Amino acid sequence: MISRTDLPLDHDAHARFLPWLIAFMVYLAALAVAGILVLNSTVNRWDQGISGTLTVQAMPSDGAVDVSPKVLQDARAVLSSTPGVLNVTLLDKQDTLALVEPWLGDLAGEADLPLPRLFDVVIDPDAGIDMTALGRRLAIAAPGVTVDDHRVWLDRLVRLLQTLQWIALSVVMVIFLVTIGTVVFTTRTGLAVHGEAIHVLHLIGAYDSYVARQFAGRALWLGLKGGIIGLAFAIPTLLAISYFAERMQMGAVSENGLHLYHYITIGILPFAVAFIAMFTARTTVLRTLARMP
Amino acid sequence: MSNLSNDLVVRFENVGLRYGLGPEVLQDIYFELEAGSFHFLTGASGAGKSSLMKLMYMAMRPTRGLISLFGRDVAITSRKDLPNLRRRVGVVFQEYRLLNHLSTFDNVALPLRITDTRESEVRKHVEELLAWVGLENHMKAKPATLSGGQQQRVAIARAIIARPRLLLADEPTGNVDDRMAYRLMHLFEELNRLGTTVVIATHNQQLVERLAHPVLHLDGGHLHAPTRSRDTFDSGDSDSDDDQIAMPYDPDVLNYL
Repeated sequence: MISRTDLPLDHDAHARFLPWLIAFMVYLAALAVAGILVLNSTVNRWDQGISGTLTVQAMPSDGAVDVSPKVLQDARAVLSSTPGVLNVTLLDKQDTLALVEPWLGDLAGEADLPLPRLFDVVIDPDAGIDMTALGRRLAIAAPGVTVDDHRVWLDRLVRLLQTLQWIALSVVMVIFLVTIGTVVFTTRTGLAVHGEAIHVLHLIGAYDSYVARQFAGRALWLGLKGGIIGLAFAIPTLLAISYFAERMQMGAVSENGLHLYHYITIGILPFAVAFIAMFTARTTVLRTLARMP
Repeated sequence: MSNLSNDLVVRFENVGLRYGLGPEVLQDIYFELEAGSFHFLTGASGAGKSSLMKLMYMAMRPTRGLISLFGRDVAITSRKDLPNLRRRVGVVFQEYRLLNHLSTFDNVALPLRITDTRESEVRKHVEELLAWVGLENHMKAKPATLSGGQQQRVAIARAIIARPRLLLADEPTGNVDDRMAYRLMHLFEELNRLGTTVVIATHNQQLVERLAHPVLHLDGGHLHAPTRSRDTFDSGDSDSDDDQIAMPYDPDVLNYL
């Protein structure tokens, strides 16, 4: 890239706002990309978590405190004989009490409350088990046993997160389009302002690419400058968001917040924007000059 | 492209030019310039000299007729091939058209830099040429700080720095004193001796009389057949004046040309 320019692009008043606009765009893009990356990690984690497991619940019959062993045995038989089921584990009573302890405390064990028994079932995610049919067979073989298919509500959550991801991606796309539009506008203004100098360059034999190279070099520099300013503001913002997210115990969504590779991805943004600005300026100059006589 | 001889640098055939819907400022122009020729282009103000020059340096296209440069029909030369053709043409514009934000040095260096010439070569040639036109102490000066004559010399240096095959100069001595005018004309003749085809548009009849070159004379948009300058301007004992023209310069400075 040439450092010397034959056109006084450094003094263009109309281009002075460009680095600040790009800084703002990179700042917004960094937040949006961070959101996309965190949501992506969350969706993958949840998706993997739910795709291979199933919970089957056996309720005690009316008036009983515990579930009949026969019901548990019948339910296990049905589950074990279902194609695609890899493992069936019945949680013992202590494990079940531990699950309700946060809500009921020690009272649950002492008060002989009728507690359900739970089967933790590991399934083959690719087997395509028909949950409705399985539920029917269990209800017939072992009354009071139901399938708690957390896929249904978790799938909805995953879809919600995926929608949020698409929205964030759309925001990033809009940011890039606005950046491109701004660079096109700035470049066209520059071509008009420096029309006489460009005409002279043409008359002495300069190719359009020679002129375009000067605009592209300038756009690259301004893009890089603006991008780095934007990133410099975005990183502390993201660190602050991560900090407050941890304080608010939002681990279910962010787990450990942004990882190093997330920051590396975000760090590429200024360079990506700068190259887009450079390419846009070059294309704009070449297309505009090609229309000249 | 048929019948276009490679020995002809410029060929105009039945060329006409009008601006917008106005009358034709150039009509039925026929002429040919052979490689290595030296011509003056004369005519009263408004006769069409600058328009003819603009057609030759491809700033405009004719309304009608054929223009060929270096054997190529300009009308059918694609836009992407024009720069290559223009690089063979050095132009001294009447209004100089220097880039005001660039220094004298950078203005003169432009034709070399657009061809990606090495910066060391650029520096060597530009410094030599600027010294020759007497601007060695103004290399960093911006055009706005130079006098009209100095700007004209910068424009001339820019036109010849890349050793063009065709040099077109529109009133190149209009703002310099006689001594510098002859000095510059001698530079053009040196270039001509080295093979450059030269066309000088001028009002300076004294200059035309002193230098024995053919004259293309424009009158009301019509071009008169080339004549020897001493036929056009009967100046009597001009031969004896030639000897009195002082040109104190070192010819070696143009060795790179």
